[in-house]
Amino acid sequence: MRYDGEPLHTVLRSASKEVVIGHDQRFCLIGERINPTGRRLFQEQLRAGDLSAVERDVRAQVEGGADVLDINMGVPLTDEPALLDQAIRLVQSLTDLPVCIDSSVVEALEAGLAAYEGKALVNSVTAEDERLAAILPLVKQHGAAVIALPNDEDEIPMDADKRLALTGKIITVATEEYGIPRADLVIDPLAMPIGADTATSLVTFETMRRIRDEYGVNMSCGASNTSFGMPDRHTLGAAWLPMAMSAGLTSAIMDVRTPEIVAAVKAADVFLNHDDWGMAWIAAHRAKAAAPA
Amino acid sequence: MTPEEILQGLYDETLIGNAPRVLELTEEGLGLDMAPQTLLFDALIPSLEEVGARFERGDFFVPEMLIAGRAMAGAMERLRPLLAETGVETIGKFLMGTVKGDVHDIGKNLVDIMLEGAGFEVVDLGVQVAPERFVAAIEEHQPDIVGFSAFLTTTMPMFKANMNALEKAGIRDSVIVMVGGAPVTQEYADAVGADGYAADASATVKKAKALLHERRAKVPA
Repeated sequence: MRYDGEPLHTVLRSASKEVVIGHDQRFCLIGERINPTGRRLFQEQLRAGDLSAVERDVRAQVEGGADVLDINMGVPLTDEPALLDQAIRLVQSLTDLPVCIDSSVVEALEAGLAAYEGKALVNSVTAEDERLAAILPLVKQHGAAVIALPNDEDEIPMDADKRLALTGKIITVATEEYGIPRADLVIDPLAMPIGADTATSLVTFETMRRIRDEYGVNMSCGASNTSFGMPDRHTLGAAWLPMAMSAGLTSAIMDVRTPEIVAAVKAADVFLNHDDWGMAWIAAHRAKAAAPA
Repeated sequence: MTPEEILQGLYDETLIGNAPRVLELTEEGLGLDMAPQTLLFDALIPSLEEVGARFERGDFFVPEMLIAGRAMAGAMERLRPLLAETGVETIGKFLMGTVKGDVHDIGKNLVDIMLEGAGFEVVDLGVQVAPERFVAAIEEHQPDIVGFSAFLTTTMPMFKANMNALEKAGIRDSVIVMVGGAPVTQEYADAVGADGYAADASATVKKAKALLHERRAKVPA
């Protein structure tokens, strides 16, 4: 099977700005930082209703070159829907970047979608029947786009065949049962830590190539995950992302505060002919040269 | 090779994760009539302890921990039946599983490896382990410690469901309960009534040993 239609465009919007994800587009950088997982101080602040760290994280990521901001408020023992509602309103008051609403709690996704002005990216659904049935109606109702992970009730597949099969299932269910446009489905090819399995990225790259060639849909994944447990994670991130991009990855939830990683992505855009004549690259160079030291 | 050289070799080769060499040295040691518990307690376990210490200092990284653990696990496969014959006890039995609704296992598997490295006997029930399966496995295996792993904020509440199932089966006090996983915190562990929490594989080993020590000090054998 081979996808031979037009390039699919996943269009995300805030109230005033539009971002397009596509295989013929520049890579979409989704800032990962507004996430309390593993950040003890941030968790305590959120539990106390203090969202000042969000303001800092928004600023740093906008400056770093984010196209979209992921917002996760997964703090144990809190009212996650209420926190997410609050965080989304706050982020929208600070920036015009579109938002990726990140939660595994259905009620939180619901609250986030209700609070958001524009067309959001929902992060995420899996190929589990229960999750598809709970989340896809929300995605449809709000006209959002959604990141979908090809794992099911049994396992996170470690081979590309199973990931492809579950991707097929997700696309069929979402488009045929819920009427969600194929362009609004963003598949996560599942990037795993290289430190735990030395061949894992090869499987992920194969998955990406085949999803691009067979289904044509857009893709996003958590890129920082790949370097977990390794030293010098910035250099690994700066190598992994261009390799993934060349295998078909169109977007990533990633560390946009590290210039080395962002520059590697922008450079890959040039070589993949997604930056026409390198004009964005040149403009960025000029802006940097003009900025006060 | 002398027994001393065998022990030193086992220690060094385990430290760098050279699994084939560790297995060879284990065979050589056994060939020299060295006691399996000598190989375990005077070389393998100290080596894995050093791996844990280096990891905590930031000198060792996840893959180094993993291959060292695998090297030791290979030797343990050979030694375990011999140790059982001689009546040598492991330092404790650890029952492990990812909670129902959750299929994540990378972190859990790392914890398994480090626990085995520390001399624990680990029984891993895999992923999607329902409360009643934990209960049945505790009754079957009689572990010292049971570990619940969860990777999602949506599956963490299964800790409480598991605790309730243990209570209901009347086995809560027969086992130490530890919880862990990316979103889990000490506060959350306390809230569900777990006995212990650790943030990573190396910390889990330390915590598990400390909890066992505490328990054994309290309960006369």
